[in-house]
Amino acid sequence: MAAKRPRRAMPSVTSTPVMVMVLYVADGGPNSIQAQANLDLICKEHLNGNFLLEVVDVLQFPKRALADGIVVTPSLAKSSPAPAVRIAGNLSDQGSVLRALGITAKNP
Amino acid sequence: MTATRKGTPQPLPKIRTGIAGFDELSLGGLPRGRVTLLKGGAGSGKTVFALQTLVNAARMRHEAGIFVSFEESARQILASSASFDWGLPALAKGKIFLLEANLSPDVVQSGAFDLGGLLAMLQAKKEEIDARWIVFDGIDVLLTLLQDPRAEIREIHRLRDWLAANAVDAAIITAKVDGVGSALMNYGFLQFMADCVVGLERRLEWGVALHRIEIGKYRGSDFVAGEFPVSFGDGGMEIDGPEPSEIRQLATAERVSAGFERLDTMLGGGLFRGSSTLITGVPGTSKTTLSGKFAEAACRRGERTLFVSFDEGAERIVRNLTSVGIELKRYVKSGLLRMYSGRTESVGAEDHLVKLKSLIREHRPRCLVIDPLSAIAKTGGIVAARAVANRFIYMAKDEKITVLVTAINSGDGQEDESTDLQISTIADTWIHLSYLIRSGERNRALTIIKSRGTWHSNQVRELILSEAGPLLADVYTAGGEVLMGTLRWEKEDEERTRELQRRAAFDQQRSALELAEAETLARIRVMEQELARQHAELALYSSGNEAQIASSSDRDKEMRRIRSADPTGGRTVTGKRTAPARRRATNGSGKVAKRGKAESRNGS
Repeated sequence: MAAKRPRRAMPSVTSTPVMVMVLYVADGGPNSIQAQANLDLICKEHLNGNFLLEVVDVLQFPKRALADGIVVTPSLAKSSPAPAVRIAGNLSDQGSVLRALGITAKNP
Repeated sequence: MTATRKGTPQPLPKIRTGIAGFDELSLGGLPRGRVTLLKGGAGSGKTVFALQTLVNAARMRHEAGIFVSFEESARQILASSASFDWGLPALAKGKIFLLEANLSPDVVQSGAFDLGGLLAMLQAKKEEIDARWIVFDGIDVLLTLLQDPRAEIREIHRLRDWLAANAVDAAIITAKVDGVGSALMNYGFLQFMADCVVGLERRLEWGVALHRIEIGKYRGSDFVAGEFPVSFGDGGMEIDGPEPSEIRQLATAERVSAGFERLDTMLGGGLFRGSSTLITGVPGTSKTTLSGKFAEAACRRGERTLFVSFDEGAERIVRNLTSVGIELKRYVKSGLLRMYSGRTESVGAEDHLVKLKSLIREHRPRCLVIDPLSAIAKTGGIVAARAVANRFIYMAKDEKITVLVTAINSGDGQEDESTDLQISTIADTWIHLSYLIRSGERNRALTIIKSRGTWHSNQVRELILSEAGPLLADVYTAGGEVLMGTLRWEKEDEERTRELQRRAAFDQQRSALELAEAETLARIRVMEQELARQHAELALYSSGNEAQIASSSDRDKEMRRIRSADPTGGRTVTGKRTAPARRRATNGSGKVAKRGKAESRNGS
């Protein structure tokens, strides 16, 4: 199975810039599975398809994670739009994740 | 001291850490293929211990290692270890991989995480550089972020499983554990998981930071139990291990000079090589001067010498000693003499010991001076200082170094000759310097209290500092008191005067006798001359008289013939009687009787 799974969810034409993110996971780990589910939910609810997400399985590509300076899994790195942000953990606290990503909760 | 655990069929394989002292305490190093936990509070030296072990493995055995730092960044690690001569920046490019696993403050935490990814990364790196060692430094920092005891246990389990699956030679996990409360909640479990637990501690005693190390447990192996002092030198951490209980010191009959000839004579020929000498005295009794003289004599013999001074700069000591004719500068320049000055307030007694050990290792001296050793008692406890002083002297003896230490004693009395450090019992030779205050003077007196295995003088000598160096003068005893300084000088002067007087009296007497002799001789000569003159006079007088007698009788005869009145002979008696009276008036000398006699004799 490919480790890199770039997923592009139907880019809709909006003025807001595309959010570029990388999610580092240890595939199969409970926290990683949870993180993916949580992120999917956030993307669906708040990003309206305007994002670019890459998921890196650290177990398969450890050197990539090393190079990127990842410490724990799961970790989410947002590189664009600025500022770059890192979030460690399974993203269970949606409020803090949204704040970190700079998304104002528009859909309650 | 040794906790023995029986029942191990074969010795546990161990790997040496190369940390001075630790391999002795642990009887060989860390357990091979097992986990070692280093616990201790902030600043207790956990990171240094772990890093130094990696550095040693890389440098001595070319073994690669991974250092996972949960607390400090790689740059911080390199900066804080820059004071050690490890060459870490170079090693960090090859043999040692520094992994920054510190979550930067910018990282937002949201929910639980695990070490799964990190371990996968480590595995990849381990295979890449063939790492044999792995260190997790400050794992508590990361795990406490989980804020869930069960999650912490789970991650520790994960770590243990990973370590078991990935055969590394040894793993070191460090965790901050303070005495009061553990930041890491499941420290107990971590402790259980580790096969070897080493405790490091930094504590303040009398305002001085003391570092201690203790092996808490060592599964399947003996170890030396107890707390041992740790200090940090150029080479990193050093542990002052236990002293062997048996004393194995070779005795030698070789003598070395104690500094100058007179003192050597007092010591029955000098100090034994490898012996220890203690010089005690109150401040100003020239302990340093004697130490300097000893060092100079050693250098003159071409022996490497180490001069350790406390609380006084080496430069100043060299300069001050020059004033009493002790030249150390050229030996310092040539490298034969190493001067080291320590400040006693800054570190504890044990740190001094460790520093001295490393100095001895570096310089390899045959003669060693510590001036004053008692200074180490200034900081930390006196008990620790005593132990250090004893250990130090034993260490020097083990190294066959001839050591001379000085100690300041508090009082000036004879009863204060012993020192706070109680090293007088283990020193082989004990020289005591004191002041004698009499007649408004302080004079230095030198006594040899003991000198093991050798004859030594029982006399108190006066120590005089001259431009040519220290001198020992004989002292006079008068009425049970030792005379020194001016009194001694006066006594010497008095003796000199008395000698002079005696000599003068003798000369005078002799010249008087000579004079008398000469006078007598002169008188004899005068009398001889007189005698000769009298002889001559007598001869003259006799011949004159005869002539006169002859002529007068002729005249009488002539007159009788002319007068033809008296018979010849009757008138002769009168003439005889008048002649002496006339002669006496003309001569005027006191020798009348003689002459009279002679005249009468002549006349008859």
